[in-house]
Amino acid sequence: MKTVTITMKNVPDLYLEGDMITPDQFAGKTNEEIAALRTYEGRETYCLGDNFEISGDAVGATPAETKIIVKGDCTKVKYIGMNMTAGEVVVEGSCDMYTGGWMKGGKLHVKGNVDSFSGLGMEGGEFTVDGNAGNFIGASYRGDWRGMQGGVLRVKGNVGSDIGTFMNGGTLIVEGNADVHIGTHAEGGTIIIKGNANRRIGGQMVKGTIYVYGDITYMMPGFQYTKDVELEVDGDKAVFAEYIGDLGERHSKSKGQVVYGKIYRKK
Amino acid sequence: MTKVVTDVVCPFCGTLCDDLAITVSDDGKQIIDCQNACAIGAEKFLHTSAGHGRITRPRKRQPDGSYKEITYDEAIEYTAQMLAKAKKTLWYGWASTSCEAMAVGHKVAEKAGTMVDNCATVCHGSSLLAIQDVGVPSCTLGEVKNRADRVVFWGCNPAHAHPRHMSRYSIFPRGFFTTKGHKGRKIIVVDCRYTDTAKCADEFIQIDQSYDYEVLDAFRTVARGHDIPDVVGGVPKEKIIKAVETLKEGRFGVIFFGMGLTHTLGRNHNIDIAINLTRDLNDFTKFSIVAMRGHWNVTGSGQVLSWQYGFPYCVDLTRRTHARYQPGDTSSVDLLRRKEVDACICIASDIGAHFPIEATRHMAQIPSVCIDPHINLTTEISDVHIPVALVGVEVAGCAYRMDNVPMACRKVVDPPEGMLTDEELLEKVYVRLCEIMGDS
Ligand code: SF4
Repeated sequence: MKTVTITMKNVPDLYLEGDMITPDQFAGKTNEEIAALRTYEGRETYCLGDNFEISGDAVGATPAETKIIVKGDCTKVKYIGMNMTAGEVVVEGSCDMYTGGWMKGGKLHVKGNVDSFSGLGMEGGEFTVDGNAGNFIGASYRGDWRGMQGGVLRVKGNVGSDIGTFMNGGTLIVEGNADVHIGTHAEGGTIIIKGNANRRIGGQMVKGTIYVYGDITYMMPGFQYTKDVELEVDGDKAVFAEYIGDLGERHSKSKGQVVYGKIYRKK
Repeated sequence: MTKVVTDVVCPFCGTLCDDLAITVSDDGKQIIDCQNACAIGAEKFLHTSAGHGRITRPRKRQPDGSYKEITYDEAIEYTAQMLAKAKKTLWYGWASTSCEAMAVGHKVAEKAGTMVDNCATVCHGSSLLAIQDVGVPSCTLGEVKNRADRVVFWGCNPAHAHPRHMSRYSIFPRGFFTTKGHKGRKIIVVDCRYTDTAKCADEFIQIDQSYDYEVLDAFRTVARGHDIPDVVGGVPKEKIIKAVETLKEGRFGVIFFGMGLTHTLGRNHNIDIAINLTRDLNDFTKFSIVAMRGHWNVTGSGQVLSWQYGFPYCVDLTRRTHARYQPGDTSSVDLLRRKEVDACICIASDIGAHFPIEATRHMAQIPSVCIDPHINLTTEISDVHIPVALVGVEVAGCAYRMDNVPMACRKVVDPPEGMLTDEELLEKVYVRLCEIMGDS
């Protein structure tokens, strides 16, 4: 795997749309060609080289052989790693919205924080955030019924509200706390909250699983306790109380049995 | 001799009452009387003649903070230059002007590559998000008047915000199938406080603040025949079961909802679960849901934007080749709060009065223009204020009622001498902008 490093030299006045910062766009290009990739700031178009210093050996021939290291202040750069299918991106600091949006494969590692809509509609790959993340992590684009569909999205800090909205696959792990609306309208997938979860967990959930290790401020009235079960979740073994729901929502049948969404609350 | 203009549409709230009778003076310049309107609607007509500090020419802020009168041409030049120079302009407002003016404004916005957003962004935008997520079974206010025998007001208070809504459509009127009027209807009001609307209710359900989503989930769970906890959001189980029964027993029901759902915890999710409850109730009877839109033509702005760009608000035209949309990113408050725009135009609305202070503060720090017939909080923090004629009073135009029915607003008097209308002003800005920007 070949590595190219891009370092922020001119922080944009407004916000930069950096959707070309992916192994897919970089692969097979010379450093000059990478510097010439088009970026947007408001309605104006610029080149990646206007804001970033490009260095390192030439990138790999294919996305899978390409690794990008992003350095400098990228808190005003949106869309890093959007639509990436393979290869690796490491962001040394924090970046803005839509990081890893609609990601399909490869590895994306942000060492700082990410803002809202990161991992939006994610389909595959591994996305890790060492810091905190904003709202709508692993959710769907507005009006879309497909939230996160595959892959593993891990946030080591806290997240905001509305994570995993319309999620129907993949695994979303939050090692810190999560705010309101977790897995709303979920039709599949797994959400693990290792800290505390605020209210409205699994509202209008059709299918899927949510594990909560810490406190739940208020349980949705449409969920009903069934039994205690012993489970191994993300390497941790514990006893969980199982709830099924949302009983206010439609549910399909499989082999004559109604399929519910499930919340497991650590005891 | 005075003359009376009848069937005038009131350009104040989303109810768009279309039965006003306005008496105007001989010369057609003064409004003398206004009949049938509620107090706030009447004021909109009567104040024009009372000369309440109406200014008739643009003003520019001076270095010492005072305002100096400038000509329309100078104001147009300033606006066009600002649009040509900024990388990302926020163009917010639109809710109190006509659809025709919006179409011209969007032409300018497209040329300049701006963000276009309307008052829904701090109002019923969350309802629009919910509709995009789960659809909406809705109806017109006429159907409510003629058919509804179950009416729910959830988180809204028409007694104050839409004063004639209850008498024209939702509670009191007798209609084709609702010959008994109020007596034939069961009214349920759900709110966290006892409002004046609640005084007209057969059943008032007081819920703990911000527990709407949970209570609506309880309604849905009960409607599907499942058990719920003894108390949900401060409401006893028996009360929820009784309310669901009342709704199921109706022949035609409607849920009206307002800011109590759209701008409390959860926002769009509160609406989407209310829509889903409406859908569930259609398994038992006929049910609809209608948003209590506030500004008289905010619905129209959503209509025009959707027709032109496919999205009802928070439209990003910076790419010019296609429109983009993502409230939270392209929404006015977030754009200002995150300092993501470098110029701002506020038209037919009031950023200073409605936005959080940190967003308003950024607006005051970037080049800005406010297009509004009156002095308001935004005009006082804008670099240039361009007054225009009052749409629906001095200019005719199309507006959409809260139930998405288009209405033709009428002109009843002439605007003050030499004042431009929104459409005329925006057309002139467009011409000047094209000269400055060429084909770029
Ligand atoms: S209810 Fe609304 S539209 Fe009707 S008269 Fe009053 S302010 Fe005007």
